[in-house]
Amino acid sequence: MTTPAPLLSVNNLSLGVVRSGHRPTVIVDDVSFTVAKGERFGIVGESGSGKSLTLRAIAGLLPAGIDALSGSVTYEGRDLFSTSSAARRKLMGPEIAMVFQEPMTALNPVVRVGEQIAEGPRRHLGLSRAAAMALAIEMMAKTGIPDPAKRARAFPHELSGGLRQRIMIAMALSCRPKLLLCDEPTTALDVTVQHQVLRLLEQLCDDFGAALIFVTHDLAVVNQTCDNLAVMYAGHIVESGRVKDVFRDPRHPYTRGLLDSAPDFDQPDRALVPIPGFPPNLADRPSGCAFAPRCIHAQPGCLVASPALESLAPGRSVACIESDSIFQGVPA
Amino acid sequence: MTTSAVLRVSNISKNYHVPSPILSKLRPGALRRESLTALDGIDLELRAGEILALVGESGSGKSTLAKILVGSVEASAGQLDYRGLPMPVRRGRDATRRIQMVFQDPYSSLNPRITVGAILAELLKLHKIVPRNEVRAESIRLLNLVGMQEEALDAYPSQFSGGQRQRIAIARALAVRPDVLIADEPVSALDVSVQATILELFTSLRVELGLSILFVAHNLAVVQHLSQRVAVMYLGRIVEVAETAELFANPRHPYTQALIGSIPRMSESSVNLELVLEGEPPSPYDIPSGCRFHPRCPAAVTACREIDPSLTAVAADHQSACLLANELPAFYPVATS
Amino acid sequence: MTTPTALLFLAQEKRRNTRTRSLKAWYRNPSLIAGLIVVGALVLVAVLAPVIAPFDPVKQDLQNSLLAPGGAHWLGTDKYGRDVLSRLIWGARVDLRIGFMAVLIPFVFGSVVGALAGYFGGWFDSIVMQIVDIFFAFPFYVMVIVLVFLLGAGEVSIYLAISAISWVAYAKIVRGEVLVVKKQDYIVAARLGGMSHGRVIVRHIGPNVMSQAIVYAMSDIVLDIMAIVTLGYLGLGVAPPTAEWGSMILDGQEFITTQWQQATIPGLVIVVTSLGLSWIGDGLSDLLSPERRK
Repeated sequence: MTTPAPLLSVNNLSLGVVRSGHRPTVIVDDVSFTVAKGERFGIVGESGSGKSLTLRAIAGLLPAGIDALSGSVTYEGRDLFSTSSAARRKLMGPEIAMVFQEPMTALNPVVRVGEQIAEGPRRHLGLSRAAAMALAIEMMAKTGIPDPAKRARAFPHELSGGLRQRIMIAMALSCRPKLLLCDEPTTALDVTVQHQVLRLLEQLCDDFGAALIFVTHDLAVVNQTCDNLAVMYAGHIVESGRVKDVFRDPRHPYTRGLLDSAPDFDQPDRALVPIPGFPPNLADRPSGCAFAPRCIHAQPGCLVASPALESLAPGRSVACIESDSIFQGVPA
Repeated sequence: MTTSAVLRVSNISKNYHVPSPILSKLRPGALRRESLTALDGIDLELRAGEILALVGESGSGKSTLAKILVGSVEASAGQLDYRGLPMPVRRGRDATRRIQMVFQDPYSSLNPRITVGAILAELLKLHKIVPRNEVRAESIRLLNLVGMQEEALDAYPSQFSGGQRQRIAIARALAVRPDVLIADEPVSALDVSVQATILELFTSLRVELGLSILFVAHNLAVVQHLSQRVAVMYLGRIVEVAETAELFANPRHPYTQALIGSIPRMSESSVNLELVLEGEPPSPYDIPSGCRFHPRCPAAVTACREIDPSLTAVAADHQSACLLANELPAFYPVATS
Repeated sequence: MTTPTALLFLAQEKRRNTRTRSLKAWYRNPSLIAGLIVVGALVLVAVLAPVIAPFDPVKQDLQNSLLAPGGAHWLGTDKYGRDVLSRLIWGARVDLRIGFMAVLIPFVFGSVVGALAGYFGGWFDSIVMQIVDIFFAFPFYVMVIVLVFLLGAGEVSIYLAISAISWVAYAKIVRGEVLVVKKQDYIVAARLGGMSHGRVIVRHIGPNVMSQAIVYAMSDIVLDIMAIVTLGYLGLGVAPPTAEWGSMILDGQEFITTQWQQATIPGLVIVVTSLGLSWIGDGLSDLLSPERRK
């Protein structure tokens, strides 16, 4: 397997809350991954895993109070954290774009949606008002919005949730970005509409050659959408690899637990096995593996140090010192 | 129809009248009042000791139906029978007790200012479920029943995680010894690993306590796992009812087929690739004529625009509201790639 | 934009670790402590006025009028030769009493009306809100002055006038809170538990809606003391010669160029009282704000 230069690489990224006089509370701890051109990469985790914050750090949209403690994010060889905020703003749109979970709060309620889509192309591609609006309508048609010329004059509240999410996608893709960041874009949508939007995202990313980072809590959605994934738990990546390999042969007890606890439509009779216990308190992490207190396979060694993400096979890593003894053999 | 129905709704409808703004009344011809049809002639029975799943998308009316069943919303028309007798519109304390509810959001369903023990004790005393000196013992029994420990009694709801809160909410519902639980999307706000424990709990309540449970949901993979029967709702109507295995193997309504075809799959070999359904549900203010699903239906024929099909039997214990129910192509839910 | 759940999670974890937070943390609230000390000291002074005031606050001594601070009269004397310090101390009794009393009645009445209107809605709510809107349309002082004028000057008139007007603020605040809380699932659950409306309002809604009204009451006491001062200034306040801060300012301002402390010191006392009360208000709002997620 040859590895071309990645489009985006996240290197040893840690995010947290810094308070004077205290040790910083680490929310995302030493996260590294790369995304190649055109790749579809999923980040899966439960609430509090730090998956959304990681995505926001890439987009430069960290909420106030959360800082990057260490590490870097490199996009096409440029270190994003040392780029000036003005230069970074120029990247957002033509290079990197983002789709949010709740389009109603991400869209401006008092501006017509067509104008909101056209704003990016006018600013970044230097299009005239008319040309930008024509592009906006074209993008709306591409995202499957019926009667786009008329809908372009609508305000966000006049559209359904599914249409608003399509507007967000049209807006994100209007400047043909090379990387699309998605934060649970279908969680608020109905099942049939979710299916439509996921299909649309895949198709458009193929058409435009954009890479996708897709953050979700839904394993099945990742399976439907992504090539590769990283599983996050309590701020760490615990396992990463190709989706089909990880799903077929999970190598971290947490990944295994997630797969066993989620209902699978194709195996209705399989018993659901919950993961016992709760995620750790982020302000007071256990010293060893963060998952150890909930892990039925935990050994004394698991409580000593936080395990590093080790490569198992090309493109496949796991952060578990007991992985080999729990899951016999080498991954296919 | 079997006689084992605990709850039976007959022809229940719910309309909301939305008063139009004063100024628009001044326009000629604008005098009619806007009316929203949330439920339109629902017939459904909940059988003793079963989990009946009620699935549908937002706006299908499934939550409204749940609220009518517990009595917090009044139906515009129709009848609700409890164990063969009509349920009064204004329920007394005892009638209220029989049908309890578990809510979707475990963060808004517990009073933040009252300890768990006080929440349970208040109900136990009010309904005189046990003598006063046994209230604490009964509270502990309830907590144990939902997998929690005695220590929880003196804690406030804010000290618990979402999954634990949902357990407490279930304990509260069980405190008054109901026959029926109405659960309105009780796991959709929870993490996957926690979801499983709550689903397990519902199954054990059904098996061990013989509760009859109406489980409102939008996640079909969960429904398939949990329930004995499934009712599918679309725009205020029930469009298909069947036993779970039958419904998923042999769906006889195009909407049910589309829902199943939209389920995101967990294994690589069964990824759903076709785009199964165009468009979104129409507004309940403006319900299409004929079959209300026809504008989105891939199988619709001319007759579907005119005839509003009612729920009719298509197989044993399987009803569908589709004119073409018996002519629909066989359905292969697994699109093998 | 939604908050990343990691943040909510962090907050939630923190809460889970501090058991019965709201009961134990009050003494760690600097604003509340400062306010309690200031207001507590003032109340103490008012209670102990007969003991600690060095002179009779109303006894005139025209030979010793307008003395500068110092000597036996620490803060000097006014134009009738009355001891300023003693008048300040006795004034605390009058002003604090009127302030608290003029808040208590509207607080109770307004909260009950607002809770009922918000909970039951319908025609009662419409009528209440119409009245509230009408009251809000007129300036507070104009209405109080007119009412006191009609009722005749005096302490009881002041209670009545202020109560008749300021209950609407409590009604509006509590109604708004009730509208939010009554939609919470735990209220539906309480009704499904077979509880009566009265029980639901008192036990399940009440504790969740009162914090805003209590916080407002603190600032309302300040407002009422100001109203007494204003009324005193217009000659509609407490009848002379009773010591009262407002009338002291009024009396003192004639001599503002020669004896500036005559008007300034009572003014300062009012400012300190206001500060103390608003610190308590701030502290309470921190302490009482319900843990509402989402």
